[in-house]
Amino acid sequence: MNRIIKFVILDILKNKVVVVYTFILAALSWSVFALEDNSTKGLLTLLNVVLLIVPLVSVIFSTIYLYNSSEFIELLLSQPVKRSKIWFSLFIGLSLSLLFAFFVGAGIPILIYAPPDVSLMMLVMGIIISTVFVSIAFLGSVFTRDKAKGIGIAILLWLFFALLFDGLLLFLLFQFSDYPIEKVVVFISACNPIDLARIMILLHLDVSAMMGYTGAVFKDYFGSRSGSVVVLLILTVWVFLPYAISLSKFKKKDL
Amino acid sequence: MIVVENLCKQFGKLQVLDHVNLTCSKGECIALIGPNACGKTTLIKSILGMVIPDSGSIRFNGEFINRQYLYRNSIGYMPQIGRYPDNMSIGQIMEMIREIRNYQSNTDEELLEAFKLKDLFQKRMRTLSGGTTQKVSATLAFLFHPQVLILDEPTAGLDPLASEILKEKIVKEKKNGRLILITSHLLSELDDLVTQIVFMQEGRVHFHKTVEALKLDTGEEKLSKAISSILKQSQHE
Repeated sequence: MNRIIKFVILDILKNKVVVVYTFILAALSWSVFALEDNSTKGLLTLLNVVLLIVPLVSVIFSTIYLYNSSEFIELLLSQPVKRSKIWFSLFIGLSLSLLFAFFVGAGIPILIYAPPDVSLMMLVMGIIISTVFVSIAFLGSVFTRDKAKGIGIAILLWLFFALLFDGLLLFLLFQFSDYPIEKVVVFISACNPIDLARIMILLHLDVSAMMGYTGAVFKDYFGSRSGSVVVLLILTVWVFLPYAISLSKFKKKDL
Repeated sequence: MIVVENLCKQFGKLQVLDHVNLTCSKGECIALIGPNACGKTTLIKSILGMVIPDSGSIRFNGEFINRQYLYRNSIGYMPQIGRYPDNMSIGQIMEMIREIRNYQSNTDEELLEAFKLKDLFQKRMRTLSGGTTQKVSATLAFLFHPQVLILDEPTAGLDPLASEILKEKIVKEKKNGRLILITSHLLSELDDLVTQIVFMQEGRVHFHKTVEALKLDTGEEKLSKAISSILKQSQHE
């Protein structure tokens, strides 16, 4: 295994934030499933947790960690190490530890209580959402040297994707309700990884009554198997695109 | 060993390096001097690949270094202000860099012993004083028997005893045929160390001479006086 990844993961484990995050996820998941007799209800509650808390923790923890490892990056840069390797190791180290936390905290109770196909979809989405927001944190933090500004950007991005985006979408739908804008809405939804994940899980949960407006439109287009594949593809782009842009920026950065 | 050609770098509107040319060969001990903000550290960081120049080229042993990294295997770098991960101890940092460099043979632990850092191996970097951090930086620079040593203000922040130890080590490595690049403001300290002087001003290399030539030109015995007489001349012109 890459030695730098090892150091990054050891450092993150020492930090204990990830451990606390694991415990919080575990406490939430176990209690949600213990309180509800119906596992679908439990999953719906947990869905909101996954779609709010997981991105928040991923993006903020990664941003702060990146700023705090500026010394580490500087030290490594004077050593015979490729820049892309340093950046990649940080990305893999952060993603792996956050994924591990998600799997241990939320994954195990989900696998135990929920029906297999839904629980798998939930796990996959949790994993993808974690990685997408680590990737977004990399993009945000490469643009500014100022830590406070960087964390501010991270919080704003989370607010935008988790809350503001749906508001904007609803606004669009009401304003243009006289026009056939469903296709446009489908396209716009693809611009938000959280929405995509929510739609994917809801489509598997078979509770279309609770899907809300975004999901209802989406079901026509992405209810099929090929639709799921397209969504997964778009989400993969969401994982790699921000990271790739941040990497090309980092390669040209003066330190 | 290191050839710098027409190197330019701008930070915003400020031209930090302006067509810098420099040639350094084996066995030389070169002092990079000049007023604050004249581009010394930027030049050094460009050689290390930490700053990406706007134009111009740097060759290390005949090969261009842009986007390369393996050449740094033969460089030991001591930064002006060493910044290290807070949570790691001195021992862990040394072990980590050895692992990253994949260095199997014997490391050069002379400075480690001389600075008595072994007793502090468990201490976290956060708790160290500025001087001790400098000692760690110096030790790391020399640890892997590098061909080239780049020392940015090596004696700043060190107590007289420690800086004497470091100077002795530099002289020793110079005799071993290493190329040594030093930046410093303490001209009196450089007197018995360096063989060549590179004087930089406003991002340009003002002159590059051997110490003998410099002393001959100015008729001064001491390096510090020679430099100040040159500075006075350039002010009169």
